[in-house]
Amino acid sequence: MLEFFQQVINGLTLGSIYALIAIGYTMVYGIIGMINFAHGEIYMISAYIGLITVTALTVQFGVENVPLILLFTLAASILATSAYGWAIERIAYRPLRSSPRLIPLISAIGMSIFLQNYVQIGQGARDLSMQPLISGGWRFGSDAGFQIYLSYMQVLIAVVTVIFMTALTLFIARSRLGRACRACSQDLTMTNLLGIDTNRVISLTFVLGAALAAVAGVLISLHIGKINPFIGFDAGIKAFTAAVLGGIGSIPGAMLGGIILGLSESFASAYLRTEYKDVVAFSLLVLVLLFRPTGLLGKPEIEKV
Amino acid sequence: MPRHFFEAMLVALLAGLLTVPILGIQIQVEGINVSLEGDPLPVLLAMAAVFMARLLQIPLKAVSGVIRMTRRVPRPTHLPTAYRLILIVLVIVAAAIWPFTASRGAVDIATLALIYVMLGLGLNVVVGFAGLLDLGYVAFYAVGAYGYALLSMHFGLSFWECLPLCVMMAAITGCLLGFPVLRLRGDYLAIVTLGFGEIIRLLLNNLDELTGGPDGIGNIPKPSLFGLEFARRSSIEGGTTFHEFFGLEYSGADTVVFLYLVALVMTLLILYVINRLIRMPVGRAWEALREDEIACRSLGLNPTTIKLSAFGFGASTAGFAGAFFAARQGFINPESFTFIESAIVLAIVVLGGMGSQIGVILAAIALTALPEIARQFAEYRMLIFGLVLVLMMIWRPQGLLPATRPRLELPAPAETL
Repeated sequence: MLEFFQQVINGLTLGSIYALIAIGYTMVYGIIGMINFAHGEIYMISAYIGLITVTALTVQFGVENVPLILLFTLAASILATSAYGWAIERIAYRPLRSSPRLIPLISAIGMSIFLQNYVQIGQGARDLSMQPLISGGWRFGSDAGFQIYLSYMQVLIAVVTVIFMTALTLFIARSRLGRACRACSQDLTMTNLLGIDTNRVISLTFVLGAALAAVAGVLISLHIGKINPFIGFDAGIKAFTAAVLGGIGSIPGAMLGGIILGLSESFASAYLRTEYKDVVAFSLLVLVLLFRPTGLLGKPEIEKV
Repeated sequence: MPRHFFEAMLVALLAGLLTVPILGIQIQVEGINVSLEGDPLPVLLAMAAVFMARLLQIPLKAVSGVIRMTRRVPRPTHLPTAYRLILIVLVIVAAAIWPFTASRGAVDIATLALIYVMLGLGLNVVVGFAGLLDLGYVAFYAVGAYGYALLSMHFGLSFWECLPLCVMMAAITGCLLGFPVLRLRGDYLAIVTLGFGEIIRLLLNNLDELTGGPDGIGNIPKPSLFGLEFARRSSIEGGTTFHEFFGLEYSGADTVVFLYLVALVMTLLILYVINRLIRMPVGRAWEALREDEIACRSLGLNPTTIKLSAFGFGASTAGFAGAFFAARQGFINPESFTFIESAIVLAIVVLGGMGSQIGVILAAIALTALPEIARQFAEYRMLIFGLVLVLMMIWRPQGLLPATRPRLELPAPAETL
């Protein structure tokens, strides 16, 4: 039973990360109906920028105040990564706005390969590891038996995720731009006709998605402490799976899908073999698509001639 | 012109800002000490590249405009059938004679290129004709390769006996996967196939007892010519080898040439089958489905069955190529079947022009030969590859040699004076 709770904790941590990345997929899909294949790479770049900022602050400038480092790292990573998100949309997707669906998807795959190799050339292909910024945690349970371990970092991940999710939900629900986002996802052409600069809204979507991926990237590199240029691919497919699971195009769906995926993966690695956690994740995706193609919270798409 | 210049400056400046954290600052790890090292050179290079690209964009656009203008000139798209036949025969004969004159290394690379031609042709049916985006194509390639390796290891079957079995295995896998997922919309299909490709790779990596895990399977026998082996000595007691049978001096180059010829025959077989298929009702249905699914349904075609046939056929082609790949390498492990392999095959189809077989063949040859020629740029190979995919989609999404659809045009009415 205790191990079950431990897996719930691990699963929620992992799920928060997936949920943060999944939002980027789901928002872009909701508005322009394309899979931003390079989104996983954005997350990877943010992890690198996070690591560089932390190293710069602690080693180069000798800052020791942990909350300050954390805030600054998050801010720097969000800023730089959003710029990447914006640039990618501008270069690889905007010229293809009116092409058939396959074309932007292939362009996105190209972008993903490009970014992966770009980081590899810049920073090397090897694993980079970092000192844990925040270590320690709480232990529950008897000393002799199984102990539940809840690290401070895991709590931090949950708290930061909740903060950003709430902020995003409020932004989408209350702000003017958020309303424009929702309008665009309902009908892009009509929104344009009503005098909203849809290009700006689409750029905003990419920036928001990249910013949330940046949060995920910084948090995961602080939690796991090991990054390489290839982490984006796996995390990207997983997060996309989460987005589809929850119903692509729906923001609460992405959050739910992320949590479900995180939990199922952590149970799979605990009760089956660790290597099979990815198999479980993809099988889950196939099953959901078979029985509920719109995902858990998605709305069915009406096919029009 | 100064406006363009300033614009290019601005873009280069932006590129500089973007690349500073990734290219300009290197993380140095020594033991547990982490430090940062600044190096402005790569950033400046990237800025210069972006600046030049931005400046050149305008003349390039003009040039491509001119090219587009010249393409309006009607060109003889259809040679008379007799000439076409002669041309095809000439090309085949040249391709068959060439290995005897070329160097061993070149023939080896050509064999690899032919494997990619087969894969490209197979995926072309799925992506180009049927319009289904399959990102896990490499999974069926892996099924073929592992199928042959395991069958020959456990049951001692020869390459030629395994070939049809591998094709069947890949086709069955394709249908099993395709049946549930082909009802999905295009994008979902792409992701599910991508996930499936990864599942197959993970299974190959982890089912140690069956597949040898990450170590793979070695000592896979090469194909034989009607029972004649290409080896110094026969592996079976009392068997004859190729050079003994014909009374020739043993030469390792014979094997390379023979493998090339086998690949050539297999490629021609695939080409023949595809060309027959696309003229049959099922082939027509593939293209019709790609153009308009709703219209197809209303005409009484069953989209799932048609998609399944295209998917299954594509899968069986990959299995066919996979079996040959295993035989050629003599050693396979899951590393040969990563996503990047699927992406390369997809790039071949896209660069060649979806649905255009000549285009796919040329793109496959170019994509295998170019990295061999430009070896000093090996580090940047994938970088350029990704960039080319993006640029192609922007400038020429129809591919380098787009497929010409058969169409009828009314002759222009004669001008009456």
